[in-house]
Amino acid sequence: MSLFNVFNIASSALTAQSQRLNVVASNMANADSATSVNGGPYRAKQVVFQAIPMGTASVTQGAGVVVREVVDDPSPLRKVYDPKHPAADKDGYVSYPNVNVVDEMVNMISASRSYQNNVDVMSTAKSMITKLLALGQ
Amino acid sequence: MVSKLDNLFDSHSEALKLRSYRQQLLASNIANADTPNYKAVDIDFGSELKRMMAGAGGAVQPATTNPRHLAGTNANPFGAQILYRTDVQGNIDGNTVNMDMERAQFAENALRYEAGLHVLNTEIKHILAAIRTQ
Repeated sequence: MSLFNVFNIASSALTAQSQRLNVVASNMANADSATSVNGGPYRAKQVVFQAIPMGTASVTQGAGVVVREVVDDPSPLRKVYDPKHPAADKDGYVSYPNVNVVDEMVNMISASRSYQNNVDVMSTAKSMITKLLALGQ
Repeated sequence: MVSKLDNLFDSHSEALKLRSYRQQLLASNIANADTPNYKAVDIDFGSELKRMMAGAGGAVQPATTNPRHLAGTNANPFGAQILYRTDVQGNIDGNTVNMDMERAQFAENALRYEAGLHVLNTEIKHILAAIRTQ
């Protein structure tokens, strides 16, 4: 029954959006992390969304969404002059993460709105199915 | 008698099936509002319903005129023609989902589905009233 597919589609979007929010949280938390596990400064991460057809390889059954990959933001790192810092290079500059906090805030709000939209979609589908089950009573 | 009942319920059930199918397409538009290059889809409900009522419902199957032809599968349950929306304000990432319109269409489709259920319910009640002895 195609109405149940609405749940699959909306839940795939909820998963993807919460993953995006996760990445935003990671970026915001590490906005000033000059070092990370792989030595260099933390690099901002971005999610890449991809539409996945439900069932077969066409859009006829609707399409869910999935996070295809999490990529590192290629933009240059932020340089701050601070010769006393242990991570300073020979010219006295420290590389800080390329996290743009304004971008991340916008991303966060967008993710939260999309999440709400999909929750609404689910509750609408639920009320439709509930009414269908009450048919003839 | 049963066939008369069938005739009575048929038109409503076809419409409900098509409504729930459209709901699925609209849900996928809302889910993919942030997916780059996703193109919003929809069906022309009126013409699809007319086509289904004319008895042309069911998936379109490719003709197999040779024993070596593969029996193609068409996942589209109603053979409905999927249309792409023309975008009003283009998005820089190639996405054509207009969230305001999708939400409005989704709500409208849900309401019309429930209206269809309501009419069907009323008909069932009328028939039950006719069956029951007073």
